[in-house]
Parts: sequence; C-alpha cells; structure tokens
Amino acid sequence: MIEIRIHGRGGQGVVTAAELIAMAAFYEGFEAQAFPNFGVERRGAPIEAYARISDKPIKLRSQIYEPDIIVVQDDSLLSVVDVFKGIKKDTKVIINSDKKLEDIFKTGCPVPTKNIATISATKIALEILGKPIINTVMLGFFAKFSGLIKAESINKALKDKFKGEILKKNIRAVEYAYEI
Amino acid sequence: MKQILEGSNAIANIIRLIKPAVVSAYPITPQTHIVEDLAKLKADGKADYEYVRAESEFAAASIVLGSSATGVRTYTATSSQGLLLMVEVLFNIAGMRLPIVLTCANRGVSAPITIWNDHQDAMTVRDAGWIMLFAENSQEAVDLHVVAYKIAEKLQVPVMVNVDGFVLTHTYEPVILPTQAQVNKFLPKYKPKKGTYLDVKDPITLGNFATPEHYMGIRQELHDEIAGSQELIKKEMEKWEQSRKSIKSIKSKVDVVDTGLVEYYGAKNPEVIFVGMGSMIGTVKDFVDNSKGRVGVLKIRSFRPLPAEDIIKIINKAKYIAVLDKSISLGEEGVLATEIKALGNNIKKGLRNSKPKIQSFVVGLGGRDITGKTFERIIELVKKRDSKVKFVG
Repeated sequence: MIEIRIHGRGGQGVVTAAELIAMAAFYEGFEAQAFPNFGVERRGAPIEAYARISDKPIKLRSQIYEPDIIVVQDDSLLSVVDVFKGIKKDTKVIINSDKKLEDIFKTGCPVPTKNIATISATKIALEILGKPIINTVMLGFFAKFSGLIKAESINKALKDKFKGEILKKNIRAVEYAYEI
Repeated sequence: MKQILEGSNAIANIIRLIKPAVVSAYPITPQTHIVEDLAKLKADGKADYEYVRAESEFAAASIVLGSSATGVRTYTATSSQGLLLMVEVLFNIAGMRLPIVLTCANRGVSAPITIWNDHQDAMTVRDAGWIMLFAENSQEAVDLHVVAYKIAEKLQVPVMVNVDGFVLTHTYEPVILPTQAQVNKFLPKYKPKKGTYLDVKDPITLGNFATPEHYMGIRQELHDEIAGSQELIKKEMEKWEQSRKSIKSIKSKVDVVDTGLVEYYGAKNPEVIFVGMGSMIGTVKDFVDNSKGRVGVLKIRSFRPLPAEDIIKIINKAKYIAVLDKSISLGEEGVLATEIKALGNNIKKGLRNSKPKIQSFVVGLGGRDITGKTFERIIELVKKRDSKVKFVG
C-alpha cells in the first residue's frame, strides 16, 4: 500500500488533489481511498489531505502518519508545519517552490536529494490557467515523479469533476508538468 | 459498475434509486453533502421526489412524519445536534409505526462544540423505538439503505442507518451502486395496508390518546416487533446480497462469520475480541491482518435489535472482550459495553462458566483518530486486573 500526504493551504484544492489521485489510481485498476484531515477549512490555513493506493481492498481508515509520498503545495508551509513528520527511508517529496533545493534547505535536506524535487507550479499555473491554482500542475508532476499513475488517468479523473474550457486548460497543465 | 465516489454521493444516489416520494432535511455538518447532492439530483431532473427545505431539524422530522403518515415513502438525514433536535418527533414516528428511513452522519455532541465524528448522537436516541444499523464502509452504507426500507416497510418500524461523519461521508472509495432494476426487484413500490395511513376516504387517527388501559400494551407491541425482527432482517440482508451477484466476496486468510446482524473477523481461537460498530471496524480488521496475536473483531451491524445469541456465540470463544465505544454514558461507561455485559443474563444459553472478561474502552470521541496503536494499548489494558472504563487514544 502506498500512502500519500498532501500539505497545502485552504483554497488551494488540497482535498480535491487527494481525490483526483485516488480517482486516477482507481482508473488504473487499483483500490484507492482519499479523505481530508477533517479540519475546519478556512482560506489560507494549513490543510492536510490523504490518499491510499493498494492492489488489495483498503480497510484502514486512520490518518497517515508515515507517508510514502509527501506533496507540499506551498513552500511557505515549510516554516509553519512539520511536513516531514513521519518520513521513512524512501519517502519521496515534491514541493511547489521557485527556489532551488539548496536554498530551501540551507542546513541540509531531510531526505536524500534523489527523493525530493521542486517545481515552480505557481508560475506554470499562472501561464497556463491564468490563475495561481496549482493543483493540476502539481498532479502532473506527482504522476511523473512518483511513477505511480499516468497523466492520462489524472485527465480521466479531471473529466469527472470539470468540463469545458476549465477542463481543457487543466489537462494542458497536467501534461505540461508531466513532460518536465 | 464499480465507481469511485464520495460516501455522501453514494448515499444520495442510492436514495435516488430507492425513489422516496418526499425528502425533507435541514443541512448540518457532516450530513451536508448527502442532502446537497439530493437537492442537486432533483434540480437536474434526475429524481422526482418532493424536496422540502425545512427551517430546522424538528421541522424536517415533522415533515417526513406527516408525509409518511399519508402512506408514501420518505427520507431524511441529519447529524449530532440536528438529531437531538428531532428527538421528540423520532419517538412519535416510532410510536405511530411510520416506516421512515433516516441517515445519521454520526457526529459528537456539544458542549464543547465538535463537528467531528463519534456515536454520541445515535446512542442518545437509542430508546426511541427505531431499528439502528451501522455501516463499516461506503458499500455497506449503500446496501444497508436498501435493506432498511425493506424491513421498515415490512414491519412498519422506522430505521436509522448510521454512517460515520467525515470518515465515511467525506471519503472517496470504490463502491458498486445497484441498478434501478435490482432495486425495483428487491424493493417494490411502497403500498401500505388500507387503514394504516391517513386517507380522507377512509379516515383513521394516528398517534392518538392512550389511557393506562392501552398505553402499556401498545408500547409492548412495538418492543416485541423490534425484538422479534432479527430473523426478518437476516433474511432480507441475505436476499439482497444474493440479488447482487456482481459483488464478489473477498477470500480471507482469517475466519469470517457473517450472520447479517453481526460479523466476526479474525483468529479461529481468539484470545482477545474487539467489539465495535461503524467505520472503526475497518481499522481493527487491518490491525488483525497485521497482528501476530490471537485477535479478532466482532462488528455489530444491527445495534437495535441487538442480536444476543449471535454475539454470545462469538464472544464465548475468547478470554478477553474489549468493547470499543465512540460514546459514553457519562459517569458510567461506553453504551455498547454495558449492553454486551448484560447480554449473558438475557438469554437462555448465556456466557460459558469461565466468563470472559468484558471491559469498556472509549475511543475516537469528537474525531480523535483511531490507529493500530490504540488497539495495541487496549490489548495491554484488557489483560490487566483493573476492569474500569478506559479512555484510549
């Protein structure tokens, strides 16, 4: 079973991101589960959401304490929340940031550098979507970096939630990030 | 077809397939997504129930009471304070023998204010005269609603289907919705018997005045109906399962005994058995799968009626019984724990001579997370001499 924890801020679509990951995995034939950390959601407040992917039915419903993959939607969270809480030896991390890794982690990176990557998701989202809504950019990059799911599956999941011009733009965002 | 849906959306869709004539509700977290989706289905022309927006839960319950009294199928859903505001009407619905189905998206009760999950709301209306079922996952939530309508309408007794707020209502997971044909076949159109509902051509009174000569007998009748409903519930659950051949049961390494009313999952010769209700059961099963000890879990799917024989048969196998309650009778112990302890005295073949130790553990109040560590700790505690109620987590 693969456990994914997403950190973001209220309004960034953290819960939707977890749902889209579970839906995409489901479309690839996996069992999947997604749920929010049931907080009282306020715009801007730190939020967590979780997803589990497995080849067997998922019974476990606890929150995720030792994630295999961590997604950080906003690098300003690094000084507010312990996003690395419960990391394992091989935990992979992706962070939305314009900065280089060595500038973010001046005193040393908490995970081996091959397991961590940054993407300027806000910049890319502004270019493609015209809005700083980074969700789909992060998901495209997630698909690529984790190797867990294909971009097409995320696009299929997007079709369940969006339509028209918004859908088209978001599919472009996924594909752009997947090609990076 | 297997789909991935939010729990609330799965519930709204099964209600659409069940085709109530009237839906009335007042929105409250975490029930909100269910009634929003029902309103949307109606607005999109995908359902043709009358959706009555109520000004409070008291009104919503009264509206389904009134409409059900005219002999049509009805539905409502609520949580927490909303359920408590309905209490007076809930007793009336049961007393009038109206076959209403209510979804309780279980949540804790104020004060202090909590929007998160536990079972205090449902346990507080335990004595209202409703059949009470608890779902472990989205699939079970879907299936229990269909069965709920069938037994409600057969027995003329209301049924409450409990689904854990957020943990089930806000989680996306795979679920198989039945087809309209499957639902229609199992659950025919609701046609109440003449003389049991309000009809201007054949006037009757419902919920009328009862003198001491009659009141007690009427109350006993309702008691006997609920206490005697076990076989019918089992039969209908089995029938529904058989009509849905598309759902394959999963082969398991452990022992699984499912009577319809309860389900045991775990070691053949358990030393410790956890007893609980609702979504926590999935997490205990996961713990059992990964545990090296002789442990098992007994899921209470039907809390009212509480199937004494089925439960005793299972718990007699173990040395220690840890009853997990997401509720507390303050000053006493977990509500289910008290009832499990009492069971041995209520039936002919009670607990075996060397009685198992039965202890109350309160977990997950107000959304406190339940994990494998919770159960590890409880196994340690239940083996000790101390038998007082323990709050763990």
